[in-house]
Amino acid sequence: MGSGAEQAVITVAGLEKTYGEKPAVRGIDLEVLPGEIHAFLGPNGAGKTTTVEILEGYRERSGGEVSVLGQDPAHADRAWRARVGVVLQECRMEPKLTVRETLRLYAGYYPAPRSVEETVDLVGLGEQADVRAGRLSGGQQRRLDVAISLIGDADLLFLDEPTTGFDPSARRHAWEVIAGLRDLGKTVFLTTHYMDEAQALADRVTVIADGRIVATGTPDDLGGRQQAGSEISFLLPQSIAAGELPAAVASAISDRNGRTRLRTSEPTSVLNELTGWALQRGVELQQLEVRRPSLEDVYLELTGEHER
Amino acid sequence: MSGAALAIHQFRYDQRIFWRNPAAVFFTVMFPLIFLFLFAGLFGNQQIEELGVSVETYYVPGIITLAVVSATLVSLTMSLVIAREAGRLKRFRGTPLPGWAFIAGRVGNAIVVAAMMVVLVSLIGAVLFGVDLPTHTLPGLLLTLLVGSFTFCSLGFALSAAIPSEDAAAPITNATVLPLYFLSGVFIPETEIPEGVLHFADLFPIRHLFECFFAAFDPATAGAGILWGQLAFVAAWGVAGLLIAVRAFRWAPREH
Repeated sequence: MGSGAEQAVITVAGLEKTYGEKPAVRGIDLEVLPGEIHAFLGPNGAGKTTTVEILEGYRERSGGEVSVLGQDPAHADRAWRARVGVVLQECRMEPKLTVRETLRLYAGYYPAPRSVEETVDLVGLGEQADVRAGRLSGGQQRRLDVAISLIGDADLLFLDEPTTGFDPSARRHAWEVIAGLRDLGKTVFLTTHYMDEAQALADRVTVIADGRIVATGTPDDLGGRQQAGSEISFLLPQSIAAGELPAAVASAISDRNGRTRLRTSEPTSVLNELTGWALQRGVELQQLEVRRPSLEDVYLELTGEHER
Repeated sequence: MSGAALAIHQFRYDQRIFWRNPAAVFFTVMFPLIFLFLFAGLFGNQQIEELGVSVETYYVPGIITLAVVSATLVSLTMSLVIAREAGRLKRFRGTPLPGWAFIAGRVGNAIVVAAMMVVLVSLIGAVLFGVDLPTHTLPGLLLTLLVGSFTFCSLGFALSAAIPSEDAAAPITNATVLPLYFLSGVFIPETEIPEGVLHFADLFPIRHLFECFFAAFDPATAGAGILWGQLAFVAAWGVAGLLIAVRAFRWAPREH
Protein backbone atom coordinates (compact mmCIF):
# COMPACT_ATOMS: atom_id res chain seq x y z
CA MET A 1 0.00 0.00 0.00
CA GLY A 2 1.34 3.41 -0.94
CA SER A 3 0.89 6.72 0.81
CA GLY A 4 -0.14 10.29 0.01
CA ALA A 5 -1.22 10.80 -3.60
CA GLU A 6 -0.65 7.13 -4.40
CA GLN A 7 -2.99 5.91 -1.63
CA ALA A 8 -4.98 3.16 -3.31
CA VAL A 9 -8.71 3.79 -3.84
CA ILE A 10 -9.49 0.09 -3.60
CA THR A 11 -7.39 -2.42 -1.69
CA VAL A 12 -8.36 -6.07 -1.55
CA ALA A 13 -6.35 -8.73 0.27
CA GLY A 14 -7.21 -12.41 0.37
CA LEU A 15 -10.87 -11.83 -0.51
CA GLU A 16 -12.98 -14.97 -0.34
CA LYS A 17 -16.63 -15.63 -1.04
CA THR A 18 -18.39 -18.95 -0.72
CA TYR A 19 -22.00 -19.69 -1.64
CA GLY A 20 -22.94 -22.64 0.51
CA GLU A 21 -20.21 -25.16 -0.28
CA LYS A 22 -19.24 -23.56 -3.58
CA PRO A 23 -16.33 -21.12 -3.56
CA ALA A 24 -16.89 -18.23 -6.00
CA VAL A 25 -13.89 -16.09 -5.07
CA ARG A 26 -10.82 -17.93 -3.75
CA GLY A 27 -8.56 -15.40 -2.07
CA ILE A 28 -7.86 -12.51 -4.43
CA ASP A 29 -5.66 -9.44 -4.07
CA LEU A 30 -6.37 -6.25 -5.95
CA GLU A 31 -5.28 -2.64 -5.91
CA VAL A 32 -6.89 0.23 -7.78
CA LEU A 33 -5.04 3.53 -7.85
CA PRO A 34 -6.59 7.01 -7.87
CA GLY A 35 -7.51 8.38 -11.29
CA GLU A 36 -7.04 5.14 -13.18
CA ILE A 37 -9.46 3.21 -15.31
CA HIS A 38 -9.04 -0.33 -14.07
CA ALA A 39 -10.60 -3.04 -16.22
CA PHE A 40 -11.71 -6.25 -14.53
CA LEU A 41 -11.91 -9.08 -17.02
CA GLY A 42 -13.02 -12.66 -16.73
CA PRO A 43 -15.32 -15.28 -18.24
CA ASN A 44 -18.89 -15.64 -16.99
CA GLY A 45 -18.96 -17.39 -13.64
CA ALA A 46 -15.35 -16.46 -12.86
CA GLY A 47 -16.33 -14.44 -9.78
CA LYS A 48 -16.38 -11.04 -11.48
CA THR A 49 -19.82 -9.84 -10.42
CA THR A 50 -19.45 -11.35 -6.94
CA THR A 51 -16.23 -9.38 -6.45
CA VAL A 52 -17.69 -6.14 -7.79
CA GLU A 53 -20.79 -6.48 -5.62
CA ILE A 54 -18.65 -6.97 -2.53
CA LEU A 55 -16.70 -3.82 -3.42
CA GLU A 56 -19.98 -1.94 -3.98
CA GLY A 57 -21.27 -3.02 -0.58
CA TYR A 58 -24.11 -5.16 -1.98
CA ARG A 59 -22.72 -8.49 -0.81
CA GLU A 60 -21.01 -9.71 2.31
CA ARG A 61 -17.70 -11.49 1.96
CA SER A 62 -16.71 -14.79 3.54
CA GLY A 63 -13.11 -13.78 4.26
CA GLY A 64 -10.28 -11.37 3.57
CA GLU A 65 -9.84 -7.63 3.84
CA VAL A 66 -11.50 -5.00 1.67
CA SER A 67 -11.04 -1.25 1.75
CA VAL A 68 -12.84 1.07 -0.68
CA LEU A 69 -12.20 4.80 -0.28
CA GLY A 70 -10.76 4.01 3.13
CA GLN A 71 -13.84 2.19 4.41
CA ASP A 72 -15.07 -1.36 4.59
CA PRO A 73 -17.98 -1.42 2.10
CA ALA A 74 -19.77 -4.00 4.25
CA HIS A 75 -20.27 -1.24 6.87
CA ALA A 76 -20.60 1.73 4.55
CA ASP A 77 -22.43 4.86 5.65
CA ARG A 78 -24.31 7.45 3.61
CA ALA A 79 -21.25 9.69 3.23
CA TRP A 80 -19.38 6.76 1.64
CA ARG A 81 -22.34 6.00 -0.65
CA ALA A 82 -22.25 9.60 -1.86
CA ARG A 83 -18.66 9.11 -3.05
CA VAL A 84 -19.39 5.93 -5.00
CA GLY A 85 -21.29 5.78 -8.31
CA VAL A 86 -22.68 2.49 -9.57
CA VAL A 87 -23.88 1.21 -12.94
CA LEU A 88 -25.41 -2.21 -12.45
CA GLN A 89 -25.18 -4.92 -15.05
CA GLU A 90 -28.88 -4.62 -15.63
CA CYS A 91 -31.30 -1.91 -14.60
CA ARG A 92 -34.41 -0.63 -16.35
CA MET A 93 -35.14 2.96 -15.35
CA GLU A 94 -38.58 4.16 -14.29
CA PRO A 95 -40.33 4.29 -17.70
CA LYS A 96 -42.73 7.11 -16.73
CA LEU A 97 -40.06 9.68 -15.82
CA THR A 98 -38.18 11.71 -18.40
CA VAL A 99 -34.39 11.72 -18.61
CA ARG A 100 -34.25 15.09 -16.85
CA GLU A 101 -36.73 14.06 -14.13
CA THR A 102 -34.86 10.83 -13.47
CA LEU A 103 -31.63 12.73 -12.99
CA ARG A 104 -33.31 15.28 -10.73
CA LEU A 105 -34.75 12.44 -8.62
CA TYR A 106 -31.29 10.92 -8.12
CA ALA A 107 -29.56 14.31 -7.77
CA GLY A 108 -31.73 14.89 -4.70
CA TYR A 109 -30.02 12.01 -2.88
CA TYR A 110 -26.55 13.60 -2.96
CA PRO A 111 -25.04 16.38 -0.87
CA ALA A 112 -23.27 18.04 -3.83
CA PRO A 113 -24.70 16.77 -7.11
CA ARG A 114 -23.46 17.70 -10.57
CA SER A 115 -25.58 19.93 -12.77
CA VAL A 116 -28.39 17.91 -14.40
CA GLU A 117 -28.08 19.73 -17.75
CA GLU A 118 -24.32 19.26 -17.88
CA THR A 119 -24.62 15.56 -17.08
CA VAL A 120 -27.31 15.06 -19.73
CA ASP A 121 -24.96 16.59 -22.30
CA LEU A 122 -21.97 14.64 -21.04
CA VAL A 123 -23.62 11.31 -21.87
CA GLY A 124 -25.03 12.67 -25.13
CA LEU A 125 -28.72 12.66 -24.15
CA GLY A 126 -29.24 16.41 -24.64
CA GLU A 127 -31.87 15.89 -27.32
CA GLN A 128 -33.68 13.25 -25.23
CA ALA A 129 -33.78 15.27 -22.00
CA ASP A 130 -37.58 15.49 -22.05
CA VAL A 131 -38.20 11.98 -23.38
CA ARG A 132 -39.56 9.42 -20.94
CA ALA A 133 -37.10 6.63 -20.15
CA GLY A 134 -39.58 4.03 -21.41
CA ARG A 135 -39.26 5.49 -24.91
CA LEU A 136 -35.45 5.46 -25.05
CA SER A 137 -33.51 2.87 -27.07
CA GLY A 138 -31.50 0.26 -25.18
CA GLY A 139 -28.28 2.19 -25.71
CA GLN A 140 -29.86 5.46 -24.59
CA GLN A 141 -31.23 3.78 -21.44
CA ARG A 142 -27.74 2.56 -20.65
CA ARG A 143 -26.39 6.08 -21.10
CA LEU A 144 -29.07 7.34 -18.72
CA ASP A 145 -27.84 4.70 -16.29
CA VAL A 146 -24.28 6.02 -16.64
CA ALA A 147 -25.59 9.58 -16.17
CA ILE A 148 -27.26 8.54 -12.89
CA SER A 149 -23.96 7.10 -11.66
CA LEU A 150 -22.33 10.47 -12.42
CA ILE A 151 -25.01 12.75 -10.98
CA GLY A 152 -23.70 12.53 -7.41
CA ASP A 153 -20.22 13.61 -8.56
CA ALA A 154 -18.74 10.50 -6.96
CA ASP A 155 -14.96 9.95 -6.81
CA LEU A 156 -15.16 6.27 -7.68
CA LEU A 157 -17.35 4.68 -10.34
CA PHE A 158 -18.21 1.02 -10.74
CA LEU A 159 -19.30 0.30 -14.30
CA ASP A 160 -20.50 -3.29 -14.71
CA GLU A 161 -20.47 -4.18 -18.41
CA PRO A 162 -21.62 -0.70 -19.41
CA THR A 163 -21.64 -1.27 -23.17
CA THR A 164 -23.20 -4.74 -23.40
CA GLY A 165 -25.73 -4.75 -26.21
CA PHE A 166 -24.47 -1.53 -27.82
CA ASP A 167 -23.99 -1.19 -31.55
CA PRO A 168 -20.46 -0.21 -32.61
CA SER A 169 -21.13 3.53 -32.86
CA ALA A 170 -22.89 3.64 -29.48
CA ARG A 171 -19.94 1.76 -28.01
CA ARG A 172 -17.48 4.31 -29.43
CA HIS A 173 -19.54 7.08 -27.91
CA ALA A 174 -19.69 5.35 -24.53
CA TRP A 175 -15.93 4.92 -24.62
CA GLU A 176 -15.51 8.65 -25.13
CA VAL A 177 -17.74 9.26 -22.10
CA ILE A 178 -15.77 6.81 -19.95
CA ALA A 179 -12.42 8.17 -21.13
CA GLY A 180 -13.78 11.63 -20.25
CA LEU A 181 -14.28 10.46 -16.65
CA ARG A 182 -10.54 10.04 -16.32
CA ASP A 183 -10.15 13.68 -17.36
CA LEU A 184 -12.57 14.61 -14.57
CA GLY A 185 -10.21 12.88 -12.14
CA LYS A 186 -12.54 9.96 -11.40
CA THR A 187 -11.35 6.47 -10.62
CA VAL A 188 -13.21 3.89 -12.70
CA PHE A 189 -13.54 0.18 -11.98
CA LEU A 190 -14.79 -1.24 -15.25
CA THR A 191 -16.09 -4.77 -15.64
CA THR A 192 -16.21 -5.95 -19.21
CA HIS A 193 -15.84 -8.97 -21.41
CA TYR A 194 -14.86 -6.97 -24.48
CA MET A 195 -11.10 -7.03 -24.97
CA ASP A 196 -11.15 -4.06 -27.34
CA GLU A 197 -12.92 -2.08 -24.64
CA ALA A 198 -10.22 -2.86 -22.08
CA GLN A 199 -7.53 -2.14 -24.66
CA ALA A 200 -9.07 1.22 -25.58
CA LEU A 201 -9.86 2.45 -22.08
CA ALA A 202 -7.94 0.76 -19.33
CA ASP A 203 -4.77 1.98 -17.67
CA ARG A 204 -4.51 -1.40 -15.99
CA VAL A 205 -6.22 -4.72 -16.38
CA THR A 206 -6.87 -7.51 -13.91
CA VAL A 207 -7.99 -10.91 -15.15
CA ILE A 208 -9.97 -13.25 -12.92
CA ALA A 209 -10.65 -16.89 -13.75
CA ASP A 210 -12.26 -19.51 -11.57
CA GLY A 211 -12.19 -17.21 -8.55
CA ARG A 212 -8.49 -16.38 -8.77
CA ILE A 213 -6.52 -13.50 -10.23
CA VAL A 214 -4.52 -14.92 -13.13
CA ALA A 215 -2.86 -11.73 -14.36
CA THR A 216 -2.67 -8.03 -13.76
CA GLY A 217 -0.86 -5.30 -15.66
CA THR A 218 -1.22 -2.67 -18.34
CA PRO A 219 -3.08 -3.78 -21.47
CA ASP A 220 0.22 -3.77 -23.36
CA ASP A 221 2.20 -6.06 -21.10
CA LEU A 222 -0.53 -8.19 -19.57
CA GLY A 223 0.53 -11.80 -19.12
CA GLY A 224 4.01 -11.10 -20.51
CA ARG A 225 2.52 -9.88 -23.75
CA GLN A 226 5.39 -7.44 -24.18
CA GLN A 227 7.90 -10.27 -24.04
CA ALA A 228 5.82 -12.74 -25.94
CA GLY A 229 7.25 -11.46 -29.18
CA SER A 230 5.62 -11.62 -32.58
CA GLU A 231 4.16 -14.44 -34.49
CA ILE A 232 5.15 -14.96 -38.13
CA SER A 233 2.94 -17.21 -40.19
CA PHE A 234 2.56 -18.08 -43.87
CA LEU A 235 1.45 -20.82 -46.25
CA LEU A 236 4.32 -22.87 -47.59
CA PRO A 237 3.72 -24.28 -51.10
CA GLN A 238 3.23 -28.05 -50.97
CA SER A 239 6.23 -28.57 -53.25
CA ILE A 240 8.53 -27.35 -50.49
CA ALA A 241 9.30 -29.55 -47.51
CA ALA A 242 9.55 -27.96 -44.06
CA GLY A 243 13.12 -29.18 -43.79
CA GLU A 244 14.14 -26.93 -46.64
CA LEU A 245 13.38 -23.74 -44.66
CA PRO A 246 16.34 -21.63 -43.52
CA ALA A 247 17.85 -22.09 -40.07
CA ALA A 248 16.18 -19.05 -38.51
CA VAL A 249 12.77 -20.54 -39.27
CA ALA A 250 13.67 -24.09 -38.30
CA SER A 251 11.62 -23.91 -35.10
CA ALA A 252 8.43 -23.28 -37.08
CA ILE A 253 5.55 -25.70 -36.75
CA SER A 254 2.75 -26.47 -39.15
CA ASP A 255 -0.76 -26.05 -37.68
CA ARG A 256 -3.76 -28.12 -38.68
CA ASN A 257 -4.71 -25.67 -41.44
CA GLY A 258 -1.34 -26.19 -43.04
CA ARG A 259 -0.09 -22.80 -41.89
CA THR A 260 3.51 -22.56 -40.86
CA ARG A 261 3.89 -20.61 -37.63
CA LEU A 262 6.67 -19.47 -35.38
CA ARG A 263 7.17 -17.10 -32.47
CA THR A 264 10.17 -14.83 -32.28
CA SER A 265 11.45 -11.93 -30.26
CA GLU A 266 13.54 -10.78 -33.26
CA PRO A 267 11.02 -10.49 -36.08
CA THR A 268 13.17 -8.18 -38.22
CA SER A 269 16.13 -10.50 -38.70
CA VAL A 270 13.98 -13.64 -38.92
CA LEU A 271 11.78 -12.02 -41.55
CA ASN A 272 14.84 -10.82 -43.44
CA GLU A 273 16.32 -14.30 -43.59
CA LEU A 274 12.97 -15.88 -44.47
CA THR A 275 12.10 -13.49 -47.31
CA GLY A 276 15.70 -13.54 -48.60
CA TRP A 277 15.50 -17.31 -48.78
CA ALA A 278 12.12 -17.17 -50.49
CA LEU A 279 13.27 -14.66 -53.10
CA GLN A 280 16.36 -16.71 -53.81
CA ARG A 281 14.33 -19.91 -54.22
CA GLY A 282 11.60 -18.14 -56.17
CA VAL A 283 9.00 -19.27 -53.60
CA GLU A 284 5.92 -17.14 -52.94
CA LEU A 285 5.05 -17.14 -49.21
CA GLN A 286 1.32 -16.74 -49.43
CA GLN A 287 -0.65 -14.97 -46.68
CA LEU A 288 2.55 -13.91 -44.96
CA GLU A 289 1.64 -12.24 -41.68
CA VAL A 290 3.47 -10.76 -38.71
CA ARG A 291 1.47 -9.96 -35.62
CA ARG A 292 1.72 -9.42 -31.93
CA PRO A 293 -0.57 -11.48 -29.76
CA SER A 294 -3.67 -9.35 -29.13
CA LEU A 295 -5.03 -8.72 -25.65
CA GLU A 296 -7.70 -11.22 -26.58
CA ASP A 297 -5.09 -13.90 -27.40
CA VAL A 298 -3.43 -13.33 -24.05
CA TYR A 299 -6.77 -13.32 -22.26
CA LEU A 300 -7.93 -16.56 -23.87
CA GLU A 301 -4.63 -18.17 -23.05
CA LEU A 302 -4.79 -16.99 -19.44
CA THR A 303 -8.38 -17.98 -18.77
CA GLY A 304 -8.24 -21.13 -20.91
CA GLU A 305 -5.08 -22.36 -19.26
CA HIS A 306 -6.72 -21.94 -15.94
CA GLU A 307 -9.73 -24.06 -16.83
CA ARG A 308 -7.56 -27.07 -17.59
CA MET B 1 -31.19 17.05 2.17
CA SER B 2 -32.35 16.03 5.61
CA GLY B 3 -34.08 12.69 6.07
CA ALA B 4 -37.58 14.21 6.10
CA ALA B 5 -36.84 16.33 3.02
CA LEU B 6 -35.58 13.21 1.22
CA ALA B 7 -38.80 11.35 2.06
CA ILE B 8 -40.84 14.25 0.65
CA HIS B 9 -38.61 14.41 -2.44
CA GLN B 10 -39.19 10.69 -2.96
CA PHE B 11 -42.95 11.05 -2.34
CA ARG B 12 -43.30 13.80 -4.98
CA TYR B 13 -41.70 11.60 -7.64
CA ASP B 14 -43.76 8.57 -6.55
CA GLN B 15 -46.90 10.68 -7.01
CA ARG B 16 -45.79 11.71 -10.49
CA ILE B 17 -45.02 8.09 -11.44
CA PHE B 18 -48.35 6.88 -10.03
CA TRP B 19 -50.51 9.36 -11.94
CA ARG B 20 -48.62 8.71 -15.18
CA ASN B 21 -49.22 4.97 -14.96
CA PRO B 22 -52.57 4.18 -16.63
CA ALA B 23 -52.74 0.67 -15.17
CA ALA B 24 -52.19 1.91 -11.61
CA VAL B 25 -54.73 4.72 -12.00
CA PHE B 26 -57.27 2.38 -13.57
CA PHE B 27 -57.10 -0.30 -10.91
CA THR B 28 -56.86 2.09 -7.97
CA VAL B 29 -59.17 4.93 -9.02
CA MET B 30 -61.43 3.84 -11.88
CA PHE B 31 -62.01 0.21 -10.87
CA PRO B 32 -63.63 1.05 -7.48
CA LEU B 33 -65.73 3.83 -9.06
CA ILE B 34 -66.97 1.46 -11.77
CA PHE B 35 -68.04 -1.02 -9.09
CA LEU B 36 -69.75 1.72 -7.11
CA PHE B 37 -71.86 2.75 -10.12
CA LEU B 38 -72.45 -0.86 -11.10
CA PHE B 39 -73.73 -1.96 -7.67
CA ALA B 40 -75.71 1.23 -7.08
CA GLY B 41 -77.23 0.88 -10.57
CA LEU B 42 -78.08 -2.82 -10.17
CA PHE B 43 -79.33 -2.88 -6.60
CA GLY B 44 -80.12 0.77 -5.93
CA ASN B 45 -83.27 2.20 -4.35
CA GLN B 46 -83.66 -0.80 -2.05
CA GLN B 47 -83.41 -1.19 1.69
CA ILE B 48 -81.38 -3.87 3.40
CA GLU B 49 -83.98 -4.54 6.09
CA GLU B 50 -81.76 -6.51 8.49
CA LEU B 51 -79.28 -3.65 8.63
CA GLY B 52 -81.74 -0.80 8.33
CA VAL B 53 -79.76 0.98 5.62
CA SER B 54 -80.18 1.63 1.89
CA VAL B 55 -78.14 -0.44 -0.57
CA GLU B 56 -76.15 2.69 -1.46
CA THR B 57 -75.31 3.36 2.18
CA TYR B 58 -74.01 -0.23 2.35
CA TYR B 59 -71.91 -0.03 -0.81
CA VAL B 60 -70.18 3.31 -0.13
CA PRO B 61 -68.12 1.88 2.79
CA GLY B 62 -67.79 -1.37 0.80
CA ILE B 63 -66.23 0.43 -2.15
CA ILE B 64 -64.10 2.52 0.23
CA THR B 65 -62.72 -0.74 1.63
CA LEU B 66 -61.96 -1.91 -1.91
CA ALA B 67 -60.32 1.42 -2.78
CA VAL B 68 -58.15 1.57 0.34
CA VAL B 69 -56.92 -1.99 -0.16
CA SER B 70 -56.24 -1.24 -3.85
CA ALA B 71 -54.32 1.97 -3.11
CA THR B 72 -52.19 0.32 -0.45
CA LEU B 73 -51.75 -3.45 -0.70
CA VAL B 74 -52.43 -4.01 -4.42
CA SER B 75 -50.77 -0.92 -5.85
CA LEU B 76 -47.77 -1.12 -3.53
CA THR B 77 -47.14 -4.82 -4.10
CA MET B 78 -47.22 -4.42 -7.87
CA SER B 79 -45.01 -1.35 -7.99
CA LEU B 80 -42.49 -2.84 -5.55
CA VAL B 81 -42.17 -6.11 -7.47
CA ILE B 82 -41.84 -4.29 -10.81
CA ALA B 83 -39.20 -1.89 -9.47
CA ARG B 84 -37.33 -4.73 -7.76
CA GLU B 85 -37.21 -6.95 -10.83
CA ALA B 86 -36.17 -3.99 -13.02
CA GLY B 87 -33.17 -3.52 -10.70
CA ARG B 88 -34.33 -0.10 -9.51
CA LEU B 89 -34.62 -1.02 -5.83
CA LYS B 90 -31.09 -2.38 -5.90
CA ARG B 91 -29.96 0.81 -7.61
CA PHE B 92 -31.59 2.96 -4.90
CA ARG B 93 -29.58 0.94 -2.38
CA GLY B 94 -26.42 2.05 -4.17
CA THR B 95 -27.20 5.72 -3.46
CA PRO B 96 -27.16 7.65 -0.18
CA LEU B 97 -30.99 7.51 -0.08
CA PRO B 98 -31.86 5.88 3.29
CA GLY B 99 -34.06 2.81 2.95
CA TRP B 100 -36.66 4.27 5.32
CA ALA B 101 -36.98 7.45 3.19
CA PHE B 102 -37.72 5.30 0.14
CA ILE B 103 -40.34 3.35 2.11
CA ALA B 104 -41.84 6.55 3.53
CA GLY B 105 -42.24 7.95 0.02
CA ARG B 106 -44.07 4.85 -1.18
CA VAL B 107 -46.26 4.57 1.92
CA GLY B 108 -47.02 8.30 1.80
CA ASN B 109 -48.08 7.96 -1.81
CA ALA B 110 -50.37 5.03 -0.93
CA ILE B 111 -51.98 6.87 1.99
CA VAL B 112 -52.60 10.04 -0.01
CA VAL B 113 -54.26 8.08 -2.81
CA ALA B 114 -56.30 6.06 -0.28
CA ALA B 115 -57.45 9.24 1.50
CA MET B 116 -58.36 10.84 -1.82
CA MET B 117 -60.48 7.81 -2.70
CA VAL B 118 -62.28 7.91 0.66
CA VAL B 119 -63.23 11.54 -0.02
CA LEU B 120 -64.16 10.89 -3.66
CA VAL B 121 -66.34 7.82 -2.98
CA SER B 122 -68.02 9.54 0.00
CA LEU B 123 -68.83 12.63 -2.07
CA ILE B 124 -70.20 10.61 -4.99
CA GLY B 125 -72.28 8.65 -2.50
CA ALA B 126 -73.63 11.83 -0.92
CA VAL B 127 -74.29 13.80 -4.11
CA LEU B 128 -75.58 11.06 -6.42
CA PHE B 129 -76.99 8.45 -4.05
CA GLY B 130 -78.12 10.49 -1.04
CA VAL B 131 -75.79 8.70 1.38
CA ASP B 132 -75.23 10.61 4.62
CA LEU B 133 -71.67 11.76 5.12
CA PRO B 134 -70.13 10.75 8.48
CA THR B 135 -70.25 13.59 11.01
CA HIS B 136 -69.95 12.41 14.62
CA THR B 137 -68.36 9.18 13.31
CA LEU B 138 -65.60 11.11 11.50
CA PRO B 139 -63.00 10.08 14.14
CA GLY B 140 -63.89 6.44 13.44
CA LEU B 141 -63.54 6.96 9.69
CA LEU B 142 -60.15 8.66 9.98
CA LEU B 143 -58.77 6.17 12.48
CA THR B 144 -59.93 3.29 10.27
CA LEU B 145 -58.23 4.89 7.27
CA LEU B 146 -55.02 5.27 9.26
CA VAL B 147 -54.96 1.77 10.74
CA GLY B 148 -56.09 0.23 7.44
CA SER B 149 -53.35 2.05 5.52
CA PHE B 150 -50.71 0.90 7.99
CA THR B 151 -51.88 -2.71 7.86
CA PHE B 152 -52.30 -3.03 4.12
CA CYS B 153 -49.03 -1.20 3.36
CA SER B 154 -47.21 -3.58 5.69
CA LEU B 155 -48.91 -6.51 4.01
CA GLY B 156 -47.90 -5.06 0.61
CA PHE B 157 -44.23 -5.06 1.55
CA ALA B 158 -44.59 -8.58 2.96
CA LEU B 159 -46.50 -9.93 -0.05
CA SER B 160 -44.01 -8.41 -2.52
CA ALA B 161 -41.31 -10.57 -0.93
CA ALA B 162 -43.33 -13.70 -1.71
CA ILE B 163 -43.78 -12.85 -5.41
CA PRO B 164 -40.98 -14.26 -7.54
CA SER B 165 -41.38 -12.29 -10.77
CA GLU B 166 -42.97 -9.30 -12.43
CA ASP B 167 -45.37 -11.55 -14.37
CA ALA B 168 -46.61 -13.16 -11.16
CA ALA B 169 -47.32 -9.85 -9.38
CA ALA B 170 -50.83 -9.17 -10.72
CA PRO B 171 -52.18 -12.74 -10.57
CA ILE B 172 -50.91 -13.41 -7.05
CA THR B 173 -52.07 -10.06 -5.67
CA ASN B 174 -55.52 -10.34 -7.22
CA ALA B 175 -55.91 -13.97 -6.21
CA THR B 176 -55.22 -12.85 -2.65
CA VAL B 177 -57.74 -10.03 -2.41
CA LEU B 178 -60.54 -10.77 -4.90
CA PRO B 179 -62.00 -13.82 -3.09
CA LEU B 180 -61.87 -11.89 0.18
CA TYR B 181 -63.90 -9.01 -1.30
CA PHE B 182 -66.69 -11.49 -2.07
CA LEU B 183 -66.47 -13.38 1.22
CA SER B 184 -66.16 -10.25 3.38
CA GLY B 185 -69.32 -8.49 2.24
CA VAL B 186 -67.58 -5.89 0.09
CA PHE B 187 -69.14 -7.01 -3.21
CA ILE B 188 -72.19 -8.85 -1.86
CA PRO B 189 -74.20 -7.55 1.11
CA GLU B 190 -73.28 -9.54 4.18
CA THR B 191 -76.94 -10.37 4.74
CA GLU B 192 -76.74 -12.58 1.60
CA ILE B 193 -73.65 -14.45 2.83
CA PRO B 194 -73.97 -17.66 4.90
CA GLU B 195 -72.89 -17.39 8.52
CA GLY B 196 -70.08 -19.93 8.12
CA VAL B 197 -68.54 -18.02 5.25
CA LEU B 198 -68.55 -14.81 7.27
CA HIS B 199 -66.84 -16.63 10.14
CA PHE B 200 -64.14 -17.71 7.70
CA ALA B 201 -63.79 -14.15 6.37
CA ASP B 202 -63.48 -12.96 9.97
CA LEU B 203 -60.02 -14.55 10.04
CA PHE B 204 -58.76 -11.92 7.54
CA PRO B 205 -58.40 -8.16 7.89
CA ILE B 206 -60.55 -7.08 4.93
CA ARG B 207 -63.79 -8.13 6.66
CA HIS B 208 -62.91 -6.15 9.80
CA LEU B 209 -61.78 -3.12 7.80
CA PHE B 210 -65.17 -3.13 6.08
CA GLU B 211 -67.03 -3.35 9.39
CA CYS B 212 -65.13 -0.31 10.66
CA PHE B 213 -65.88 1.73 7.53
CA PHE B 214 -69.51 0.57 7.60
CA ALA B 215 -69.89 1.73 11.19
CA ALA B 216 -68.74 5.20 10.13
CA PHE B 217 -71.52 5.41 7.51
CA ASP B 218 -74.28 3.58 9.41
CA PRO B 219 -76.76 6.23 10.68
CA ALA B 220 -77.51 3.94 13.65
CA THR B 221 -73.95 4.16 14.94
CA ALA B 222 -73.70 6.09 18.17
CA GLY B 223 -70.66 8.02 19.35
CA ALA B 224 -67.37 8.36 17.45
CA GLY B 225 -67.88 5.15 15.52
CA ILE B 226 -64.63 3.53 16.56
CA LEU B 227 -64.80 -0.26 16.61
CA TRP B 228 -61.80 -0.87 18.84
CA GLY B 229 -61.96 -4.66 18.65
CA GLN B 230 -62.05 -4.78 14.86
CA LEU B 231 -59.38 -2.09 14.57
CA ALA B 232 -57.10 -4.03 16.91
CA PHE B 233 -57.60 -7.13 14.77
CA VAL B 234 -56.71 -5.20 11.61
CA ALA B 235 -53.68 -3.66 13.33
CA ALA B 236 -52.51 -7.10 14.49
CA TRP B 237 -52.43 -8.24 10.86
CA GLY B 238 -50.41 -5.11 10.11
CA VAL B 239 -47.87 -5.90 12.81
CA ALA B 240 -47.59 -9.47 11.48
CA GLY B 241 -47.08 -8.08 7.96
CA LEU B 242 -44.46 -5.67 9.22
CA LEU B 243 -42.53 -8.46 10.96
CA ILE B 244 -42.58 -10.57 7.80
CA ALA B 245 -41.57 -7.56 5.68
CA VAL B 246 -38.63 -6.72 7.92
CA ARG B 247 -37.32 -10.28 7.56
CA ALA B 248 -38.23 -11.09 3.97
CA PHE B 249 -38.34 -7.84 2.00
CA ARG B 250 -35.62 -7.74 -0.61
CA TRP B 251 -34.09 -5.00 -2.75
CA ALA B 252 -32.28 -7.17 -5.27
CA PRO B 253 -34.07 -8.81 -8.21
CA ARG B 254 -35.07 -12.42 -7.67
CA GLU B 255 -34.96 -13.49 -11.31
CA HIS B 256 -31.29 -13.98 -12.09
